[in-house]
Amino acid sequence: MSEAQVGTTRVKRGMAEMQKGGVIMDVVNAEQAKIAEAAGAVAVMALERVPSDIRAAGGVARMADLSIVEEVLKAVSIPVMAKARIGHFVEARVLESMGVDYLDESEVLTPADDLYHINKKEFTVPFVCGARDLGEALRRIGEGASMIRTKGEPGTGNIVEAVRHMRTVQAQIRKVQSMSYDELMAEAKNLGAPYDLLEYVHKNGKLPVVNFAAGGVATPSDAALMMHLGADGVFVGSGIFKSENPEKFARAIVEATTHYTDYELIARVSKGLGTAMTGIEISKIREADRMQERGW
Amino acid sequence: MKIGVLALQGAVAEHIRMLELAGASEARTVKKVDDLHDLDGLVIPGGESTTISKLMHKYGFMEEIRKFGLEQRPIFGTCAGAILLAKRINGQDDAHLQLMDIKVERNAYGRQKDSFEIKLPIAGVASDFPAVFIRAPYIMEISDRGQVLAKHEEKIVAAREGHYLAAAFHPELTEDYRFHKYFLEMVKEYRS
Repeated sequence: MSEAQVGTTRVKRGMAEMQKGGVIMDVVNAEQAKIAEAAGAVAVMALERVPSDIRAAGGVARMADLSIVEEVLKAVSIPVMAKARIGHFVEARVLESMGVDYLDESEVLTPADDLYHINKKEFTVPFVCGARDLGEALRRIGEGASMIRTKGEPGTGNIVEAVRHMRTVQAQIRKVQSMSYDELMAEAKNLGAPYDLLEYVHKNGKLPVVNFAAGGVATPSDAALMMHLGADGVFVGSGIFKSENPEKFARAIVEATTHYTDYELIARVSKGLGTAMTGIEISKIREADRMQERGW
Repeated sequence: MKIGVLALQGAVAEHIRMLELAGASEARTVKKVDDLHDLDGLVIPGGESTTISKLMHKYGFMEEIRKFGLEQRPIFGTCAGAILLAKRINGQDDAHLQLMDIKVERNAYGRQKDSFEIKLPIAGVASDFPAVFIRAPYIMEISDRGQVLAKHEEKIVAAREGHYLAAAFHPELTEDYRFHKYFLEMVKEYRS
């Protein structure tokens, strides 16, 4: 019998595979975490503030208060994720040491490094990272990310940016797949993508890790739309606990994600939900305040 | 041989691919209870057992899969799937399908940072099977009718009881389809 190995690529990517077809929900305390678990979330993201509140509060957004993370870890049996600032490998190590199951190196927080992301290969715990296009996705995977999500525009309740990012990645994958081998190196240069990962995309027509939707999902129909566009699952940030009836919204988004092609079912679960979170039109956000521009 | 994979949440596509590699003539997703009726066997995949269970209740799968099992049609559960099949779950008053006479411990190896892979001998399958454990359960107790197929550090991690098959790990995350082939042999046996 061989030795058991922890933190291998297969174990880290496999964890994300198990989340497929599911909804990951942002929570800020144990009570919300329990509501999310009871509604059928596949994981919760433990935060101090949901993105819309981070946006409203301004200032520097850092890793959450660790007592909140601990409270959420104790409250639920489903996996718990937490966010570290871009490049802040100490925040990431601290969260890893607490037993967080998955880390999000996230543009929702204020970046700690304006040049480099975390070397995620060094960690036992898996990472998810945001991406707006194929080059960005493959750079993050090259650094060791085990899961990719669209960036969208967090905390807006506006799905348009997530749609744009998902469509961009999918269109670029189709393009790379149809290229001849001779064209791949130049395309790697154009996209700023590691060559070996681009070669994988060319051969397999998909990313080597799962790709979730995030950033602006506010309704069951938003979640189903992202699944149609090729998402493997959905992150919902402010969309649940900033809605009128979080419990109902959470359950409805879970069902719409599973049955995204069943429109009668989506109609049924969407009735009587109350008001969704208030949205923000993207053009009303100053460029400097757009979280999706963070990351290199 | 028509095999279904319960497709409410989790690693569905991986199981379909492995079943096809192992030689199933048809492997397809099961999203509604009607999809069960002409199947020869069913796979319940890995995923989040609490999520899958909630959706099973919601769409009437609890009763229908119990019936499926009682009709002697084979079921293979991996990780979350094994938890869903079990008669008893340690520390919980209720279990889910309660078809297979085993008691399981959830998240038995700790959190994700403790997840691991290892090559294990599996009786009737392989001497060196790549077993990927992700926030995995193990089997604490098994009935006299059950057969232990694999152990890791004295804990049961794969077992069979008649037409039920359970693995605490994820054969669908590897390139090795021998475990799926074993399940297809079981299906063949029970079909005739």
